[in-house]
Amino acid sequence: MTASLHIEGIRLAYPGRCGLHVVVDDFSFALAAGQLGCLLGPSGCGKTSVLRAVAGFERVRAGRIRLGETLLSSPSVHVQPERRRVGMMFQEYALFPHLSAQDNVAFGLRRLAPAQRRARTQEMLALVGLADVGPRFPHELSGGQQQRIALARALAPAPDLLLLDEPFSNLDGSTRERLVREVSAILRAAGQTAILVTHNEAEAEVFGDSLRRMASASAA
Amino acid sequence: MSARWAGPAGLALWAPGPQTVGPAWRAATLLIAVGVLAPLASLLWLALQGDPSHWQHLADYVLPRAMRDTALLLAGVGLLVLLIGTGCAWLVSSCDFPGRSVLHWALLLPLAMPTYIVAFAYLDLLHPIGPVQGAIRWALGYASPREFRLPDLRSLPGAIFVLGFVLYPYVYLTARAMFMTQPAHLLEAARTLGATRSGAFFRVALPLARPALAVGLALALLETLNDIGASEFLGVNTLTVAVYTTWITRSDLAGAAQIAGVMLLAVVGLLLLERHGRRHQRFGSVQRMRAMQPHRLRGAAAWAATACASAPVAIGFAAPALYLLWEAGKRLQSGAGVSAALVASLGNTLALASGVTVATLAAGLVVAWGARALRAGAGWRPGVGAARVSVLGYAVPGTVLAIGLLTPALALDNAIADALGLRHLPLMGAGIVLVVACSIRFLAMPVGGIEAGLARIPPALEQAARLLGETTGGTLRRVHLPLLAPALATSALLVFVDAMKELPATLLLRPPNFDTLATWLYAEAARGTYEEGAVAALGIVLAGLLPVLLLARTQLGDTGTPGRAA
Repeated sequence: MTASLHIEGIRLAYPGRCGLHVVVDDFSFALAAGQLGCLLGPSGCGKTSVLRAVAGFERVRAGRIRLGETLLSSPSVHVQPERRRVGMMFQEYALFPHLSAQDNVAFGLRRLAPAQRRARTQEMLALVGLADVGPRFPHELSGGQQQRIALARALAPAPDLLLLDEPFSNLDGSTRERLVREVSAILRAAGQTAILVTHNEAEAEVFGDSLRRMASASAA
Repeated sequence: MSARWAGPAGLALWAPGPQTVGPAWRAATLLIAVGVLAPLASLLWLALQGDPSHWQHLADYVLPRAMRDTALLLAGVGLLVLLIGTGCAWLVSSCDFPGRSVLHWALLLPLAMPTYIVAFAYLDLLHPIGPVQGAIRWALGYASPREFRLPDLRSLPGAIFVLGFVLYPYVYLTARAMFMTQPAHLLEAARTLGATRSGAFFRVALPLARPALAVGLALALLETLNDIGASEFLGVNTLTVAVYTTWITRSDLAGAAQIAGVMLLAVVGLLLLERHGRRHQRFGSVQRMRAMQPHRLRGAAAWAATACASAPVAIGFAAPALYLLWEAGKRLQSGAGVSAALVASLGNTLALASGVTVATLAAGLVVAWGARALRAGAGWRPGVGAARVSVLGYAVPGTVLAIGLLTPALALDNAIADALGLRHLPLMGAGIVLVVACSIRFLAMPVGGIEAGLARIPPALEQAARLLGETTGGTLRRVHLPLLAPALATSALLVFVDAMKELPATLLLRPPNFDTLATWLYAEAARGTYEEGAVAALGIVLAGLLPVLLLARTQLGDTGTPGRAA
């Protein structure tokens, strides 16, 4: 259940004090099904804005975003985030603090029958190597464990596309490299189409099949 | 449709883009804002409808005196609350003396006392043949009230005294938060430049605290303007009292609306004062530095400080509370028991307060959720505007709100009655109009509380829920409501107790033969019968203590963080 992504000449802008502030203009990027892509650039270059536009939290002022055959975003169309079949792993993980690890993973599986939901949750916890921490709450987990729960949660509903918003930036050097490899291996094994956004060159080299550099000049 | 049609701000309803709430929710948000504005609009319309000859009569005979009394009352209460509130706040934050640790929260206790209850208690306590004056005469060796008596409490100075000692906590709360967070090095710098301890207060601490004092002062004066019981018991003919008598006694709704319009001008002035204060408050409290260390007082100075800081608690809370306990105890012991009517009015009070709490919390949730942003700085603009409008009710005095609400409510009521062929008015008769009035007045508490609660929940949590396939409503139910539970509980408590205490709007909008504890007390005090009034008052004060203790715990913790006044 994974699809190709086509970003075609999108423009993203926010209303500012003096008219529209254009963050990204005429940006294109494509990814075949099952490929791991990477957007690399310094902070402020608009890479996170592109990710948010794909997720559906920003609307596009020009251009189109297609996932497989489905048109997600254009100036006249905006599929709501919950209907895009796009998953996301957040920089600060964004685990629900009032739910246990397994309830976090099961959050997006509401349409499954209870038995199937439990099975899928266990499967995901096992995939990230945390089958035994299910009943624990996020604040009882280490940083690395929280991150893997966040990955399990994003993968559980089998999204067509997974977005990773600098999920490794809080980790130190050696752990970071190990986790980048681990996550990359998990995604490849699942045949998951995914985009990683990062400002770290080494991380980008290790992670993806296709790399796209974004310069801060494109913000002008 | 091209992007240009959506406009630069992207605020149009039809713009394709990430949704924070559905169309029904948007409509509800705007409807609440309109509902808050409707009474004000209808008030203006009513006031303009009035016969010019009425206006002439009001301008000649009623308004000059009411305006003068109101202005003097506001000036006197303002001066007194600034003096007590600032003085006590400075004393407990800059000095250490016996009892300081208790007094720093006990100084909030008068907040539990509605103004009309304190006036009710002091009328009896300070009566020429009452306990206080009797004790003074005994001590001075006078035999009868003819030889010695204190000035009559039923006067403008009496009202200023009573209201000042009950309302000073608004100033105390904001001033103390300010003093506790003022960086110590500023005061130390002033001292090294040759300022004395009091010089440093007047030249550095006080000017820095001015915005906070303006906020506290505005809240205290809005309460003064809202008060009807204390002013009337003490014979001060304020604008609020004039609105009430013009409407009830002379059945002149247009005239009452005209006086209410004059009051609204005063409200706007006080709101501007509050906004001004809040705007400048930010600059004063952002710095997080070492707070000042209290200076230990010794000997006579220490005990003088204890006496000064306890006096407001004693006058504004302890004396009237003990009086109510004593009188209620006497009444219950005399075997008279509690009348069925009083029990019924307790039931009415709880029913009204519950209804108002549910309605206000629901409306607050609709408004605050509608105004939130899916990512920083991108809220739905009309929703944000609706949230700003919907909290204005707290500033509108209960009598003014009641008059403004009456005309649209009666029109709607008559239409419903006609349509259903009813002989009575369904909304007025069931107390729904009263619930709406109280909800408008108290909406600021849940909206503020829920918005503060939402601000503490990272937007990424909502984004995560949405990407996991949850709708906006499902996100609210499964993620935000559980996380907002403490904020909702606090708001519910504040609204419940305020609705229990509410007097002016309840007096004017209650259904026939419907008494709450507050109106029961008002009726007894107005008749001068003083039978079960103390029992009713005690019930209100005990309930009122709950949010004050909560406030004392959360606002005056050891960190001394500044917070919003309730």
